[in-house]
Amino acid sequence: MATTFDAHGDAHGHAAAHDDHKLSFVERWIFSTNHKDIGTLYLIFAIVAGIVGGALSGFMRWELAAPGMQVLPWFTEGNIDQAYHLWNVFITAHGLIMVFFMVMPALIGGFANWFVPIMIGAPDMAFPRMNNISFWLTVAGFTLLTISLFVPGPPGGIGAGTGWTVYPPLSTSGHPGPAVDLAIFALHLAGAASILGAINFITTIFNMRAPGMTLHKMPLFAWSILVTAFLLLLSLPVLAGAITMLLTDRNFGTTFFDPAGGGDPILYQHLFWFFGHPEVYIMILPAFGIISQIVATFSRKPVFGYLAMAYAMVAIGFVGFIVWAHHMFTSGLSVNTKLYFTAATMIIAVPTGIKIFSWIATMWGGSLRFPTPMLWALGFIFMFTVGGVTGVLLANGGLDTYMHDTYYVVAHFHYVLSLGATFGIFAGFYYWFGKMTGRDYNELLGKLHFWLFFIGTNIIFFPMHFLGQQGMPRRYPDYPDAMAGWNEVASWGYVVMLAGMVVFFVNVIWSLAAGRRSADNPWGEGATTLEWTLSSPPPFHQFETLPDLTRMKAH
Amino acid sequence: MAAGKTHDYHILPPSPWPIVGSVAAVMMTAGLAFWWHDAWWGKYLAGAGILGVLFTMFSWWSDVRDEANSGDHTPVVQLHHRYGMLLFIASEVMFFVAWFWAYFNAALFPPAGDAVGGVWPPKGIEVLDPFVYPLLNTLILLLSGTTVTWAHHALIHNDREGLKQGLWLTIILGVIFSALQAYEYAHAEFGFSGNIYGATFFMATGFHGFHVIIGTIFLAVCLWRAYAGDFTPKQHFGFEAAAWYWHFVDVVWLFLFLAIYIWGSDFGRAATPYFG
Repeated sequence: MATTFDAHGDAHGHAAAHDDHKLSFVERWIFSTNHKDIGTLYLIFAIVAGIVGGALSGFMRWELAAPGMQVLPWFTEGNIDQAYHLWNVFITAHGLIMVFFMVMPALIGGFANWFVPIMIGAPDMAFPRMNNISFWLTVAGFTLLTISLFVPGPPGGIGAGTGWTVYPPLSTSGHPGPAVDLAIFALHLAGAASILGAINFITTIFNMRAPGMTLHKMPLFAWSILVTAFLLLLSLPVLAGAITMLLTDRNFGTTFFDPAGGGDPILYQHLFWFFGHPEVYIMILPAFGIISQIVATFSRKPVFGYLAMAYAMVAIGFVGFIVWAHHMFTSGLSVNTKLYFTAATMIIAVPTGIKIFSWIATMWGGSLRFPTPMLWALGFIFMFTVGGVTGVLLANGGLDTYMHDTYYVVAHFHYVLSLGATFGIFAGFYYWFGKMTGRDYNELLGKLHFWLFFIGTNIIFFPMHFLGQQGMPRRYPDYPDAMAGWNEVASWGYVVMLAGMVVFFVNVIWSLAAGRRSADNPWGEGATTLEWTLSSPPPFHQFETLPDLTRMKAH
Repeated sequence: MAAGKTHDYHILPPSPWPIVGSVAAVMMTAGLAFWWHDAWWGKYLAGAGILGVLFTMFSWWSDVRDEANSGDHTPVVQLHHRYGMLLFIASEVMFFVAWFWAYFNAALFPPAGDAVGGVWPPKGIEVLDPFVYPLLNTLILLLSGTTVTWAHHALIHNDREGLKQGLWLTIILGVIFSALQAYEYAHAEFGFSGNIYGATFFMATGFHGFHVIIGTIFLAVCLWRAYAGDFTPKQHFGFEAAAWYWHFVDVVWLFLFLAIYIWGSDFGRAATPYFG
């Protein structure tokens, strides 16, 4: 984004900056209709959920640090079968929490709520009150998922141990207790929240761009959210249908997924992955958008190939809807079906390659600086490329027959999500921390956090490629002694990563308490999007007079 | 709020309804889950939750109505509402895609084995005759599509009596549709549970019926608002949204009628032997 700001120097609306002081705590934070406050709530919620989901993975790495069952039986008074089930509950909760209650709330609810309206020159979202129910329904979903951990699931056990995919028959006849019903309802509510949020973002972006902010001048982060919102809008209702079929199969004797009544368990997999594959782009596209803003800012250049970058995301979103069965290569699909889904999946590497090479080309010849957000952005590009390359491998129906459900797959999707999406989240967090809070974070602690997290997560997940090649299956808490070495390495990696997270929280607390006042634009002339024209933090209602961007430069 | 604003967007004051509705949603869903698992208090919790959800809808949309009548809905805000309703209907279309997917998964590839027997409709299932009540219901819904358009044109020409008459007729036709569906459900020779035919038939047509009821209530609210003096020839998006929604349930029905009632009947099997 290269913009000229002389045309809207009076656009900040400082007069209304103190509106927030008239609101009580409950009015401001519980009944909020302000996109920035709701964005802040989402970020706090995502951090809380991330702590829970991250703690679960800590127990998982602890259990896997050595062969045998040593940690989980503590929770089950030595009962080994219940310890095995508890493992299933942990991986289920870890997956659902990280996907629905950490990554999505942080990227879409948090950063997009905060910065999409500002970047397009709008005073708020199109539906400010609906924005709030999107947030509270997400919390409601998290509440139901938490309750499900403590109520009966399978015979003799508590909690839903179905995996985040909730495949039948384990999720139907395998879990007679109410835990799975509650987990399903958790997805219903979180899904409804996201659909309403998607409607809100699409309407906002189509309808509230300031004069002169054409779609082809709009910052790439806003583009990424536009595409993401369409994916949410069109994929989540299909998940809602699929899990509603689970509910009726479980409770009312329908046979959607029960072959004894003419049903088909593979139908569930089709419906789930028709949602599930767009979902992985829902998690990564907003990170793409953030990385584009950051790389351009710290290269002090407009992003290379702006239009190609925007339409690469559109292409990824579109093709993302027609590749779902590559998650089902071992479910008995015909060879011709596997052929199609292999080819279609590999096509996604083309627009993704456009993104990676354009980020590199943006840096090429740029006036580069490497503050913390840029480190995270570079870490993102590296990690996402690793995960993307293993993804091309797994896209092969033939190879995947060998790789399916091994740790190779675990390594792949953690490289694109736990390292891709999460690096995008941290990149955005450091990039906008000063803008959101009015305080600068500590650069030294930020960089220490990055290096510990970068090294730690690589030590966790890179050896998983080797374990997968050795044939170690996913979703088991125990393994043969031959796989002990790399598992121990991976678990030490968690400790390094955890040390990084401690640094992160120290940094956040220290910066909020004693950080320097953040300048309106601490990043200099490379930061050209509209949020840097506002105060830090911005006024309660920005753009009370809409900015005139008609003389804004195109790319 | 925002006294200094010079734009036409609607900056809203804080509202309690989102959190009230979310708490009610937790009560409703948790109550249902425990009710289905024989907790005695489940139905009370679910009932309280459903009441809470209905209360939230009533309160929230009452606020929207007040805002519309007090001039907060500037032309650009009305355009927001159009986008919002259109996108909501798009998401509803995708919800029905899931049910049609389940139906075609079974109907196009009828599994061998006792439950279905490799044919569609499944062996031993006596399906409904598409050319009695389903055809009548198709005509009723198509007719209701014209009456709601009549009401709309009356409203545009400021003919308030025509508006009310058109809405009354549409609502009555909607109620007749639902009543006929209920009658046919009660007399169906196949059950809801135990067979994929009943599962796909009742869930697809049942969710459609549920949407017809929602649409009927939506139109009834519009009728009540018409009596209360709401809507002008230039600004009446609440009415238009109801009409859009009504056309949407109409179109879903046409697909159900063609795919499930006609093509999925013995008549359909005879007419399309390739799939038999």
